[in-house]
Amino acid sequence: MTEIIEVEHFQKVFKTRTGFYTAVRDVSFSVRKGELFGFLGPNGAGKTTTISILCTLLRPTQGRATLNGFDILKNPHAVRQSIGLVFQEPSLDERLTARENLEFHALLYNIPRALRRERIQKMLAMMELEMRQHELVRHFSGGMKRRLEIARGLLHHPKVLFLDEPTLGLDPQTRSYIWNYIQELKREEEITLFLTTHHMDEAENCDRIAVIDHGQIIALDTPDGLKKRIGGDVIYLTTLDPKAAKDEITHRYRVQVHEDPPGIYFEMANGAEFIPGFIREAGFKITSISVRRPTLEDVFLKLTGRNLREELSDSLNLMKIHARKKIR
Amino acid sequence: MTVLVEMGSPLQRNLVGVYTIWLREVRKFWRDKSRIIGATVQPALFLLLLGTGIGRGIPQAFQVDHGQQEFLPGVKDYLTFIYPGIIAMTILFTAVFSAISIIWDREIGFLKEVMVAPISRWAVAIGKTLGGSTVAMLQGCLMLVFAPIIGVKLTVFTILTLLPLLLYISFSLTAMGIAAAARMRSMQGFTVIMNFLTLPMFFLSGAMFPVGGLPPWMDILVRINPLTYGVDILRAVVIGYNDYPLAFDLYVIGFFGLLMLGLAVLAFSERE
Repeated sequence: MTEIIEVEHFQKVFKTRTGFYTAVRDVSFSVRKGELFGFLGPNGAGKTTTISILCTLLRPTQGRATLNGFDILKNPHAVRQSIGLVFQEPSLDERLTARENLEFHALLYNIPRALRRERIQKMLAMMELEMRQHELVRHFSGGMKRRLEIARGLLHHPKVLFLDEPTLGLDPQTRSYIWNYIQELKREEEITLFLTTHHMDEAENCDRIAVIDHGQIIALDTPDGLKKRIGGDVIYLTTLDPKAAKDEITHRYRVQVHEDPPGIYFEMANGAEFIPGFIREAGFKITSISVRRPTLEDVFLKLTGRNLREELSDSLNLMKIHARKKIR
Repeated sequence: MTVLVEMGSPLQRNLVGVYTIWLREVRKFWRDKSRIIGATVQPALFLLLLGTGIGRGIPQAFQVDHGQQEFLPGVKDYLTFIYPGIIAMTILFTAVFSAISIIWDREIGFLKEVMVAPISRWAVAIGKTLGGSTVAMLQGCLMLVFAPIIGVKLTVFTILTLLPLLLYISFSLTAMGIAAAARMRSMQGFTVIMNFLTLPMFFLSGAMFPVGGLPPWMDILVRINPLTYGVDILRAVVIGYNDYPLAFDLYVIGFFGLLMLGLAVLAFSERE
């Protein structure tokens, strides 16, 4: 068995006060054993809802799925035993110590007494929390809490570890620490990692990425595969007359030109070689020009016509808040 | 290398789950000394200030005949009379308060950790109820230190009878709190609802006054109040006075507890 998760036609409709809200429209995908699989998409795209269904916290309105060979609807306990979860929002008991949180988890998952101590010790060591294991979690920093949650999620040897926005709300330095741990994990434990993120640079680390938007998967590929969908490099330029430049480029090279104030940009194969000729032929004055490799950001824009960064600034995403409440 | 975790039989897993959840509640109660003190001081105030004040201040309100020496047949004075009622009150308030932990767990996200664990939802409900009842029972036991001050003699036998009885009543009342809390999302909402429920329950339980000569409308309310029977049986054990048959008290409390536990399990089992 190489597929550890198989999802067929997930759909999730929430009842709201004013009617119905479809969080997940139609989602099918599979995750291979041992890979680092990522869900990339803006807030409210359906990432957390899909994960919650897989973790048996929510029921799908339609569709079916197996995880580690177990049907999520028929055998939820076996599914739960097979997974570890690191939630987007903290889920530790802050009035217990780090160690007590782990002990609680070990008991809930019925880890045999003989293994319990050793396993807790190992996880504390791996996440570098040994020194502070007897302190109340209340006194921990955000990064330490997240590490403790990862330690807890791994305690019972899950086959799949779900990480829902594992670096949300952490500073860049802590983020990179957390990523080091995730990479280490992938090397040391035989485990499949399934994470959601809206950070492009984090998605780059995944083996495969599903780009999800409006409750649907719009692309599923390796990061490189996704980037190949962009026709080459991205050329960005500023000019005194963007409108004229846009018309001319569209007309002459038959490419789509996008606006990103103060400049404009378009895609072109072999950008570096293209530029000298382009500048010579241009009938408008170029004030600056640059060429760069496409990023997942560009992929997202191409696939959805929207900029992920703008989506993120829309912090008052009511749909998301709604979905989150349901899961609680 | 992956070590396969022993799954164990489903029942065994669930029982360990019940124990785990129970342990957490008790441990946190023990750690929170200010909560223990607070939950002891409040009933102590009721007992010593209100009880003494009413008992001494307006004796005629309770005595048919001024020449009568006892408050009720076999009950020395008002303070003695309300003492078991105040123990019941302590249990009631502690039990309901401990149910808040569910909403608190939801708020801090911890409930999810429990909900995705490979144990049944009934085990979660029972673990929470047992945890809350143990805490309420311990808190009720603390009230026993006031016995000598009031002049109530407690024998070892009485205390040994009281312990399981306190747990029994606590279980029933905690189940009620859990059943309500499992459906609620906000702490404030729960506090409001519970005040609406616990205060009338307390007032109509005969904890503060004898239920003999009440007007019919109030008499009915007293009789349908499950706490009435908790107060009654506690009074029987502590000071040897009761209005209802003891077996009947036990049945009512037990039935109410099972009903509430059923509702609590149901509330936990819903998966959207």
